[in-house]
Amino acid sequence: MAAKSLILVLLLLGTFAYLMLFERKILGFFQFRLGPNRTGPWGLLQPVADGVKALIKEDVIPAEADRLIYLLAPGISLFMALAAYAVIPVGPPVHIGRYTVPLSIADPGAGILVLLAFTSLGIYGVALGGWASQSKYALLGGLRASAQLISYEIAMAMNLLAVLVMAGSLRLSDIVAAQSPYPYALVQPLGFVIYLITASAEVARAPFDLPEAETELVAGYHTEYSGLRMAMFVMAEYVNLITQASLVTLLYLGGWAGPSWLPGVVWFLLKLGAVLFFFIWVRATVPRLRYDQLMALGWKVLLPLSVANLLAYAGWAALAG
Amino acid sequence: MAAPVERVPPEAGARAWKVARGLAKGFGTTLRILWQRKHTIQYPDRRRERSARFRGRHELRRYANGQEMCVGCELCQVACPANAITVYAAENDPRHPHSPGERYAFAYEIDMLRCIYCGLCEEACPTGALHLTQEYEMAAFSRDALVYGRRILVDREATEFTVPEVVYPPFEGRRPPEAPEAGRERAGVTAPAGEQEAQRALSRRQDAGSCVPEERRAVAS
Ligand code: SF4
Ligand code: SF4
Repeated sequence: MAAKSLILVLLLLGTFAYLMLFERKILGFFQFRLGPNRTGPWGLLQPVADGVKALIKEDVIPAEADRLIYLLAPGISLFMALAAYAVIPVGPPVHIGRYTVPLSIADPGAGILVLLAFTSLGIYGVALGGWASQSKYALLGGLRASAQLISYEIAMAMNLLAVLVMAGSLRLSDIVAAQSPYPYALVQPLGFVIYLITASAEVARAPFDLPEAETELVAGYHTEYSGLRMAMFVMAEYVNLITQASLVTLLYLGGWAGPSWLPGVVWFLLKLGAVLFFFIWVRATVPRLRYDQLMALGWKVLLPLSVANLLAYAGWAALAG
Repeated sequence: MAAPVERVPPEAGARAWKVARGLAKGFGTTLRILWQRKHTIQYPDRRRERSARFRGRHELRRYANGQEMCVGCELCQVACPANAITVYAAENDPRHPHSPGERYAFAYEIDMLRCIYCGLCEEACPTGALHLTQEYEMAAFSRDALVYGRRILVDREATEFTVPEVVYPPFEGRRPPEAPEAGRERAGVTAPAGEQEAQRALSRRQDAGSCVPEERRAVAS
């Protein structure tokens, strides 16, 4: 268990680093640029350079800050982001001799609930970070970031409910199993689209990257953070992105299901990569929303639509059986 | 009273359709760009050709015989709108003249931080000595290092420009006042030796509120 956790954390951090490079590269390609390519072949050492830079950067703690909470906040964010991944299975259990090793830290019966709990706890890092900085910019940034994350979590939960009603289980591996032969993206296209939108809002990605509103709030909730602590917030954001992309894969794209000429894990990773690419593509294409547009979209469009989606599938499920 | 014009918002379905179409078009555009040729110039390895009229760092050119073209006339200093140039002229030693004229730039400074690369100094220079080259890599770690003196402007050549022959007659010492040549009875001719001249120029600059800091003024005097 401990060994698996360690491997998972290291894998996630490595993925985070290279996801960032991947994103910078792809964003560059979308903008007629080559992206980072000076450090190592094809810029492959860029994450290392970035890491070293984050480590040796001057770390400033505001004099008036609530030190304990200020220092804790990035840790809370990162911890919750990493912990959420514990319940995500990345493939079918593998058989090594007599042993059967499930490819997740845990596959609890209430998997989805655990995940939701951890992702919503991550908001504490954001809100506390903004509060403890003793800066009005950071406070406002933290408040609006948490307002955004909470608003979109509701529409997201409604979508999840529709999936749960169809699958009849809270366990992620059961949900994957329930998706044969048709992945839920085909069964619930509307839910799939709404989930993609809410997921990108939930992880505060473009076009919903308002927590980092450089134009109005300097930098949002992490205005006063620098160096490694700032990097931890960014890390949490990207790990959350990986979590959400994995969730999209598991809930709507059939997880590790696929023709048997590739192992399940590879199918899972391929789908995950496609979803991540899609998120980057969105970032390169769609301009940022205004905050009131963001709220209007969340509460007036996505929430009613997702409730309608849920009711439709719940009614169908009730009639069918 | 006319009834207020009621703006009918487009129907929700029509709006959603419009948004969806717009999004699809945008996604198509970015995806097309993804495969197109990239325009990044790998800067230190590959450089873009600059236009012939590009104005970079200054250079004070020399004649083919090694003499400086600058005759210390200070016209560039006067022409500079940014007050970036400081010239202290001194008389040439007839035995080892720096320039073919009577005077040469004993101290010549351009504050590159003030320069706006307008090229007016180049235009003003009567001998064609001052030239703005194509060189633009001028980063430095201190502000002082960006005040270029003779060492960079005169002694480090950035272009291979040379004028084949000296256009001024060689300077062979001042004519004695008893036998003045026509048109040379100007106050400047009877000026004292180079150092005092520089000192006078310096005090002129001080009156004008020059920005050259104290320690660098001392260098020139
Ligand atoms: S280029 Fe213009 S600003 Fe620069 S030194 Fe010459 S005259 Fe002054
Ligand atoms: S550079 Fe030209 S204008 Fe300036 S002092 Fe020398 S000769 Fe005169």
